[in-house]
Order: sequence, then C-alpha cells, then structure tokens
Amino acid sequence: MPASLSRPSIPSGLKLLNWFLSGWTALVFIFLYVPILVLVVYSFNSSRLNIVWESFTFDWYARLLNDGPLIRAAKNSLVIATVTTVLSVILGTGGAWLLHRYRYRAARGIQTLVAIPMVMPEILMGISLLILFATAGMNLGFTTVIIGHVTFCFPFVLVAVQARLQGLDPALEEAALDLGATPLQAFWRVIVPCLQPAIVAGALMAFTLSMDELIVTFFTRSAAATTLPIQVYGLARVGLNPMLNALSAIFIVATVAFVLFSDYLQKLGRR
Amino acid sequence: MHAPADPAPLPGDRRHPGWIAWALLAPMVFWLAAFVVVPAAILLVYSFCERDEVGGVVFRFTLENYQRVFDPVYLRIFARSIGYAALTTAICVVVGYPVAYTIARASEVWRHRLLLLVMVPFWTSFLIRTYAWITILKQEGLLNGFLQAMHAGGGPFNLLYTPAAVVIGLVYAYLPFMILPIYGSAEKLDNSLIEAAYDLGAGPVRAFSAVIVPLTMPGIAAGTLLVFVPAIGMFAITDLMGGAKVPMIGNVIQNQFLQARNWPFGAALGVVFMLMFVVTYGLLQRRGARLAG
Repeated sequence: MPASLSRPSIPSGLKLLNWFLSGWTALVFIFLYVPILVLVVYSFNSSRLNIVWESFTFDWYARLLNDGPLIRAAKNSLVIATVTTVLSVILGTGGAWLLHRYRYRAARGIQTLVAIPMVMPEILMGISLLILFATAGMNLGFTTVIIGHVTFCFPFVLVAVQARLQGLDPALEEAALDLGATPLQAFWRVIVPCLQPAIVAGALMAFTLSMDELIVTFFTRSAAATTLPIQVYGLARVGLNPMLNALSAIFIVATVAFVLFSDYLQKLGRR
Repeated sequence: MHAPADPAPLPGDRRHPGWIAWALLAPMVFWLAAFVVVPAAILLVYSFCERDEVGGVVFRFTLENYQRVFDPVYLRIFARSIGYAALTTAICVVVGYPVAYTIARASEVWRHRLLLLVMVPFWTSFLIRTYAWITILKQEGLLNGFLQAMHAGGGPFNLLYTPAAVVIGLVYAYLPFMILPIYGSAEKLDNSLIEAAYDLGAGPVRAFSAVIVPLTMPGIAAGTLLVFVPAIGMFAITDLMGGAKVPMIGNVIQNQFLQARNWPFGAALGVVFMLMFVVTYGLLQRRGARLAG
C-alpha cells in the first residue's frame, strides 16, 4: 500500500520555526534561572569560596542571623517598607478613585504626572530629592527615605486599583447612593471592599519595591537609616561572602511566594 | 491611537468632584508637586549655579557647568553609557522577543506557567541577581572553578570587571523588563492576520518582518523605554560588574553628589540625562502610537 510508504514528512518552515522558538525560550529560561539556583545551592556550601563544593551546612544562615549590621539594616528596611506601603495605599487608592470617578480638566495632566515616577530613572529621582531636602534644610534619615520610596511606590498602587475600577460595574455605586448612602459611605463600604484584591496586590508591589530599592535610598539615607540593599551593595562590592548567598536565598524564596500569592489574588479579582 | 474612546456613554454620572473629593485628591497632587515637580525645578536651578570651595552652592548664574558637561572627557563617558545601554537594549530585544512571542502563542495553561516563570526574576532584586553573577565570574568563582576542573589551561581568568561582565549584568537585570511588554502586545496579535500573510504566500521570515514585528512595535517601544533609559544611569551594576574601570554617567553623577561634592555640576549632568530621557520617551511614544495604528 502506498500509504505505508509515506515517510515522516520533512518539517515545513513553520515547524522548524516553532522548534526554534521553543528551544530558544527554554535556553533563555535556563539563562535566567541557573545563576539564581547556583546562588541558593552554594548558600549551603561550607567552603568560603565558590570553586568547590565542600559539604552541606546551615552555618551561613546562622551567621547571618547573628550579623548585627545586616539584621539592623533588615529591620530598618522592614519599617521603611511597611510605612511606605501604608502611605502608598492611601495615596494610590484615593487617587485612583478620583481619577476614575470624575471628569475634570486637570485629570489628564495628573494622570501623566503619576506616570513620571514609574518611568523616571532612579538616579534622577535620587539626586533631585537630595537637592530638595538640602534646600529645605531637612536632615536625611528615615523620613527622607520614606518620602522617596512613597514617591515611586504609590503610582503602582494607583495603576493597579485603576485597572480594577475599570472593570467595576458603575451601578454598584448608584445602587448605594439610591439606597441612601452618602458618597463617602458608598466609597468606603461598597467600592473599597470590591477593590480589595487590587489594593492588596498594589500593597504587595509597593512593599517589594521598597524592600529592593537601592538607588533612591542611596541619595536620601543617613548612616542610621541604612537599608538592607545598601548594606548588601557594600558587601557585594568587597567580594564573595556566603552570608550574602544565604540572604539572597531567603529573598528568592520570599519572591516566589510573592509571585504565587499575587497570582492567586489576580484569580480572585477575575471572579 | 489606542486612547480609550472618550466621553461617549459614560458609566454612571460623572459629576464634577465636590469638596470632599478634592480633599481626597489634594494629598496626591501635593505629593507629586512637592516630590517630583519641585525637585526637578530645583535641579534645573542648581545646574546654573556656582560652587564655593567647601562644596556649598552659590546662587550666581553661570553656564560653566554645562561647558564642562561638553568637555570631551564627559562626552566620552556619556557616549560610553549610551553605547552600553543601547547594546543591552538590543541584546534584550533579540533574546527576549522570541521568548515573549512564544509565551503569547502558547496554550493558556503554558502561557500562565511561563509568565509566572518570568515574574520571579522580574521581582527578584537586581542586586541579588547581580551578586549571583559575581559568584559565577569572580576569579575564585564558579566558572573558573569549573574550567579548572575541566583542566582547561591558562586559568584562572579574570572574567569579572570586564566590559563583557558589565553587559552580562545589565542584560540579566533588564531582560524580564523587555519580555513582559513585548508579551503584552504579542498576546493581542490577531492570529488571522498572520494566517492571511501565510495564505498570501509569505514565508515565516516575511510574515515576521512585515506583519508581526510592526504589530508588536508598541511592546518593543515600551520595553526599550524600560531598559534603555534606566540602563544609562544604572551605576550599581556597572560598579559591581565593571569595577571602577569603566565609569558610566551614573557613576560620575553619583560621585559629584556624594564624594566630590560639586552639586551644580552633578545637577547639570542630571539635567542633560533628564533631557535624554524626555526625548527618548517622546520619540518612543510617538513611534509606538503611530505603529499601533
């Protein structure tokens, strides 16, 4: 039968292209993940150098927990990120509601202004804030670092909330108003609960951005208000330090948890 | 233009905001004015000021700072920074585009999985990811150890603190920022347009260059904005991966503010950088908007 003679057909150009694309994507993911995995694996290596694998140890984690400056910087970072998150959520949620709900001439300008801190190179924000604080005679410290962080964090909350608002049924608010709620009550008791997944997602984003920020902090900190990234930067400049591997491993695990949780929130939001 | 169809049938009635609304909006507007607009204005003013011997700022008009910016020494540093950033951006587009496209074309389940896989490096601190490369490239690092174990002669090699290391560090840091926006526009691609191209006799290459790339241009433009401009000023990665050997404009600005204490000159460098940012932004927006049709 002639049919049995049919050989496996030569892959057409399209098939070749698909193979190439899949292979390329796999390679890029290997490129993205191998360094991170190496970092985690070697955080359990008892040797100080990365060349050889000696033996398994938790030693670097134990040392990390007893390292005064790093722990102090981590506490500072947590405080700064928490305050930043709270302020960003307040500014971002209120701002999103007002940009979404009302039409007025300044709205477009404000919308553009909100986007600037998100795309502006961090070093420019850092130096211009430094000059502002110097001109205003403000001492650098926690307050100045937090001001810097809120400035680039709250737009992310605003954008997340705005996206959710666009999918919200406007009848919700009307119904609340018809049933006798004041506009403020309608906002607080009807709209805000609906926005919760977006607010939580925005808050997580603000927290993560603040925890990771180096450049703006670099220009607005004082010696007492040193954050974890500043401390890590100082150590990484000196050279290899397995404590940094351990610290990085903790952060990578936290990032994975954050990504999975944000994904879960998004699923909630879609329902 | 993709601008949302404006006032048409408005959802609900959008009254003008009352005083409560303005009271709620005021903090945000105040914040943006005080910490974005005013600082940028002061930066501009400082760039035209003089400096005294102890590093203070004297409010006397001068163009000296800008003359110094155009000194060949600094022009070369600007050119080098732009060169590195452009190379980084180009590599990110070439490496990231097929990935973004593949993710966008994958089945729903795989698209979701692959996106999560992009999100992890996207959200992992660039500092940690740069440190990962230090542990690999350092003289007593992983790659040299590997080469020694393979008995490759000549080592250990000095891999860190080279221009190649700087580019690897930048690409590694910014690649996810290129993949995500390109994915965003590739996902919206209408399959029938690509099929039409094939039906009309275009090969994969032609379909790609004549149909797919122009339609995903907004994503490429957005990715370029997220990679190119930040990479110009990113002093931390160049510092960690390049040592002090290849100073970039970010290193110079940082140095003027924190060590040399010549704020007016640093401000002038900052203003020039800001102008480059605004021009790039404007160009990309126009290009993105035009090609989005």
